[in-house]
Amino acid sequence: MLHLHDISKRFGRTQALSGVSLEFPAGAVTGLIGENGAGKSTLMNVIAGVIQPDSGHMQLGDAPYTPHHASDAHHSGVALVHQELNLVPSLSVAENLALGAFPQRGLGPLRWVDRRTLAEQSDEAVRRVGLDVRHDTPVGRLSPGERQLVEIAGALRRRPKVLLLDEPTTSLTGPECQRLFGLIERLCGEGLAIVYISHNLGDVAQLCGRTYVLRNGTLAGRMERQGFSERQAITLMIGQPLEEVFPERSGRPAEEVVLEVDGLRLPGAESGASLRLHRGEVLGLAGLMGSGRTELVRALFGLDPRPEGRVLVHGKPLPPGSPRAAIDAGLALVTEDRRRDGLLLDGAIRDNVALASLPRLASSPAGWVSPRRVADACDPVATRFRVDSTDFGRQMVSSLSGGNQQKVILSRWLVTEPDVLLLDEPTRGVDVGAKCEIYAEIQRLVDAGTAVLVISSEMEELKGLCDRIAVMHRGAVSGEFRRGPAGYDDQQLLAAAFGRRNEQ
Amino acid sequence: MTRRRAVTFRQRLAAWTLGLLYLAIVVAFSIASPRFFTLTNALNVLTQASVVGAAAAGLTLVMLTAGMDLSIGSTMLLASAVGGALVVWADAPVAVALGAMLAVGVLVGLVNGLLVVRAKVSPIIATIGVLFVARGCGLWITQTRALNLPDEFRQLATARLAGVATPVWTLAAVTLAGWLITSRTAFGRQLYAIGADERVAERAGVAVGRHVMAAYALSGLTAGVAGVLLLAQLATVSPGLGRGLELEAIAAAVLGGVSLFGGRGAVPGAVFGALVIQTVRNGLNLVDANPFIYPLVTGGVILLAVALDSLRRGSPARDAAGP
Repeated sequence: MLHLHDISKRFGRTQALSGVSLEFPAGAVTGLIGENGAGKSTLMNVIAGVIQPDSGHMQLGDAPYTPHHASDAHHSGVALVHQELNLVPSLSVAENLALGAFPQRGLGPLRWVDRRTLAEQSDEAVRRVGLDVRHDTPVGRLSPGERQLVEIAGALRRRPKVLLLDEPTTSLTGPECQRLFGLIERLCGEGLAIVYISHNLGDVAQLCGRTYVLRNGTLAGRMERQGFSERQAITLMIGQPLEEVFPERSGRPAEEVVLEVDGLRLPGAESGASLRLHRGEVLGLAGLMGSGRTELVRALFGLDPRPEGRVLVHGKPLPPGSPRAAIDAGLALVTEDRRRDGLLLDGAIRDNVALASLPRLASSPAGWVSPRRVADACDPVATRFRVDSTDFGRQMVSSLSGGNQQKVILSRWLVTEPDVLLLDEPTRGVDVGAKCEIYAEIQRLVDAGTAVLVISSEMEELKGLCDRIAVMHRGAVSGEFRRGPAGYDDQQLLAAAFGRRNEQ
Repeated sequence: MTRRRAVTFRQRLAAWTLGLLYLAIVVAFSIASPRFFTLTNALNVLTQASVVGAAAAGLTLVMLTAGMDLSIGSTMLLASAVGGALVVWADAPVAVALGAMLAVGVLVGLVNGLLVVRAKVSPIIATIGVLFVARGCGLWITQTRALNLPDEFRQLATARLAGVATPVWTLAAVTLAGWLITSRTAFGRQLYAIGADERVAERAGVAVGRHVMAAYALSGLTAGVAGVLLLAQLATVSPGLGRGLELEAIAAAVLGGVSLFGGRGAVPGAVFGALVIQTVRNGLNLVDANPFIYPLVTGGVILLAVALDSLRRGSPARDAAGP
């Protein structure tokens, strides 16, 4: 359906794409993977008509395809679903779907929205993606999975021949992903050419007939479904064999309990959750979306109220509702939503890294902060994480990729030298290389005696990283598992996530 | 987990906070004064609320785009100065003066819009600048002398239709028009999208710049309408006319649930907010309260309502980010 021949694009001194030739056949899902910065976004923008290639050409069906503007792509039948959702929470499903082109009726210059047509169009579009929501439901009330489907419904309204999906599963739960995959396979059966861009190799393996791997703007390789292996995919992406994604542990957790959560009951939960975290230990917190993992960590850190239950740090009780007290007690929390809770996007990298440590870095009782001291404290940490920048003091965080932004946030909390590090989805939306760096840093910290609690929706990540995994269900801990000689038992973990209580 | 459900319950409660507060105010004043709970007084309150109510209706459109219009009060003065000068010095017919006043409103609104959309000045700064410029022009026209208007102009405020004074009808018409625009036209719905996330609106093909311009122009138009209503009630163009009313209109809109961060709120809510403020003032007047405590009580009610609202909603930051 869509053929790319020898596409090249250069931005200033960076060769974003050089001589990339790909084909996306109709009625098939084709995967596109690569690290952040490998050229996926550039390639997508070329296909979507947002930017024009310096050389090379494209062909859609039998005709040449030369989009000069995003609307050219729409009209030619190429639709793009962006990674971040383009929906307005306060407007209804129908209004979101029609946002740029409301159906209207009216007399002369007086025009109003044709609400019946609006509703009908919405019902039809939503039905096509197998979603059962009323047209007048505000999008803010929908789950992330439902929002993703609404977004796809919007893209399908223009009856495209080629559909590009950029990281569609980052905010979805397992069942929601499966539902999306069902839809993708159905659309495929209808003859659409689907381009699936993802960091999640498991999804790519399940969905894609053929997968292209990009590295540094070139095509590093391609894999057919039969021969797909995650190991090989990673090797192609980073350009060298990756012996171990998860580094080997050298030390063992100590007996000393650093953090104890005792009967912390979340609003609406029937029973409380209890946990113990030891010095030098990585504890994973697993559970389905909505099981209360994030809420538990937010409540224990003091970001949300904690009506019932105790939290002890080094045996001393931590007052509820005070993040300041938690930080003073040696806790650090890296939240799930870094853009909203964590980063000053218009601030320099170094300022962002220093943010939580400023009182400690202040030199005198008057509170003067020496720029040199801040740089000395922050830059080594950012360098160790390989934050991709040549000037930490000047470059804005907003100019960094998602993976690098995550590294900035992690650096910030490492500079505070916490005893207990709480990480909520530390590698979401981050490429493989950055993931490895984050894993390695976690191991280094733990070997130095820090206790780390990791929330993750990726079971493989928890299994590879953690000494113990606690599984949550409806706000309580429904099972705790220690890593055995053969790792963890998937069935037990899954059973606990669905609420069946079993002890090990 | 339960957070999602809790929020929707809170949202349901949201619609009622201000209503319940208003009910309490009405009950309290009804007990305190026998003259309060009467039809005559109700119409009085509506007439008095018409100026700020009309201005708040147009302001709502601007606030929905995550903008702000601080030039409203000065627009009223400038429009009144032009209208007054036409009637008193040029012997123009009242209809001509009215048309000119509304045109002045739209013009000021367009200047605001140009500054915000084309010059990309932040809305607060742009409209503060226009606030001074418009007031300056108004004072220059009147030479800071008071202009007394003929009775003919005064009748605009006292004429009755079906026993209800024209300002109340005007307010009703402005409210209805504002509500229809925001809830029933593509333009209105797209204003919500612009306020919630300008990039999303742009990507969906919404003509963001033109829409924002139109919102400021409409806010200017309603400021012109408010100027007419105010001038008809005062019958005098004085240098201080309209001063501070922009803040009252903002308070009314926020009271009525219009978000300062854009994308949320409705025109009838903003008008109701103006009604609440005016009811408090009217009640205090009827119970012969010391005039010095008017601002105190009005301020207290505004703060109470807004505090209740943000407590219920969670932090203002969350409000900005959407549900």
